[in-house]
This record gives sequence, structure tokens and C-alpha cells, in this order.
Amino acid sequence: MRLEYFQMIDKVTELDLEARTLRTANTVPCESPIFEGHFPGHPLLPGVLLFEIMAQSCGMLLLRLHNYDRMAFLASVDKGKLRTFVVPGQVIDVFARLEHDGSGYARLKAEGRVEGKLVCNADVTLKTMPFPAPELRGYLLSTAERIGMPMGDAVIDTVERAGNLTHV
Amino acid sequence: MSTTFETVANIIAETCDIPRENITPESHAIDDLGIDSLDFLDIAFAIDKAFGIKLPLESWTQEVNEGKATTEQYFVLKNLCARIDELIAAKSA
Repeated sequence: MRLEYFQMIDKVTELDLEARTLRTANTVPCESPIFEGHFPGHPLLPGVLLFEIMAQSCGMLLLRLHNYDRMAFLASVDKGKLRTFVVPGQVIDVFARLEHDGSGYARLKAEGRVEGKLVCNADVTLKTMPFPAPELRGYLLSTAERIGMPMGDAVIDTVERAGNLTHV
Repeated sequence: MSTTFETVANIIAETCDIPRENITPESHAIDDLGIDSLDFLDIAFAIDKAFGIKLPLESWTQEVNEGKATTEQYFVLKNLCARIDELIAAKSA
């Protein structure tokens, strides 16, 4: 997890295309400037970043299901709950499930657990649209590779990976 | 038609916190009821689930943006309900 780059997902641990589910493992770094302010003497992963971890896991699932032909943007978070503190060094296991794939949007459910204990959950709505920039698609394909997304029979135009960003 | 309208009106009332009595078949979802695109995603989700269909929001939006259709065709509730009935019929065919 590289908080400063909003790289929240470390690794895909399970993908089930039939059930339309994804599981990711995400380790909170032991050190980050974020913890200098949140909070001095009591470092906590900000709750908004727990929502971001769930949203990114939902997004990576949806992109994989759509063969990376569309981008997904966070539109809303409903029934969001932050159930306990998450601290540096902990591993968050995030489970995302596609509930409904609509026209131009999707609704998913996500939850995060630390050592089996539920720490956060939410209903996530993503708005989907064609990629607004080719380098964005390239970045997400590189991200998928970095986190070990099983690509299976996904048909990917590898030429577009030229859109990689240098810090990936 | 009336069943479809009742379901849609109840969904809108619950989703957008609009008094049910303010919602009529002649209501324009955007102009009269003030529903924005994000709220309409929630409504579309509820309609999709309630009727087992997939409202083609993207193609409707594209048609409106390209001047091939008016918002009234899709977002006046009696017209929206007619489209829903068509989608239900197409699904059953």
C-alpha cells in the first residue's frame, strides 16, 4: 500500500468471475507522512482511505469483468461503516462483490477484515464510461499486473501499456 | 401501466425523499422533481432490481445529447413507465 500515490491494493488473492467477486490483501505501511497528522502519538489509517480501499477493490473487479474497456469512477458510498481502528502494519483483507451491472453504472458490496474481524463495509456505486485518456487505461493495466490480477482469457491490447506512469 | 407507475413513484419517493403525492405520471423527473444524475443512478438501480431489467441509461443520454431525443421522452414518468413496460415485454418475449 502506497498511501501517497493512492495505491491501496497490494495483491489480488482471489478472483471468481462467475460469482463476480474479488478478494485483495492490503498492508498498511508502518510509516507514512499521513500518520504524522492522523494522529500524533496515535497513528490510524484514515477512515476515508478505508472507503478508498473498498472502492478500488470494487473498481478493479469491475474493470476485470469489463475486460478493461471502460473506466469506473466512484459515484457514491451507501451504508458505509467504519467499525474499528486500523493501525500501521495491519493487513486488510477486502472482499468485493458485484451486485448489479447497470447501464453506465454498477452497484457493488465491499467489506474489509483484519485477522478475520470486520473493520469496514459499504455499498459502492461506480459510474462507468469509456476511458477518458489512453494513459489511464495503460496505468490500470500496469496496476492489474502489479497486484497479480489473474488475466485468464481477458483480451488486452498490450500496446496501450505504454501509458505506464513512472512510479508504478 | 398503473402498477409500473406505482412502483416507480414509490421508488422515487423513497430514494429521493420526495412526497409521494407530488409524483404524478406527468412529472418530469429532472425538471419537476429536481432529480439529478446521481440520484437517478439510485433510481435506476432500484428499477432494474424491481423489474429485472436494465434501463439503457447510456443510450438514452447519448440520444438526448445528440438531439435525437428529448428528455421528455425518457424522463416524464408516464413515458419512463412505458419504456419500462417495453423492456419487460422484450424480456418475456
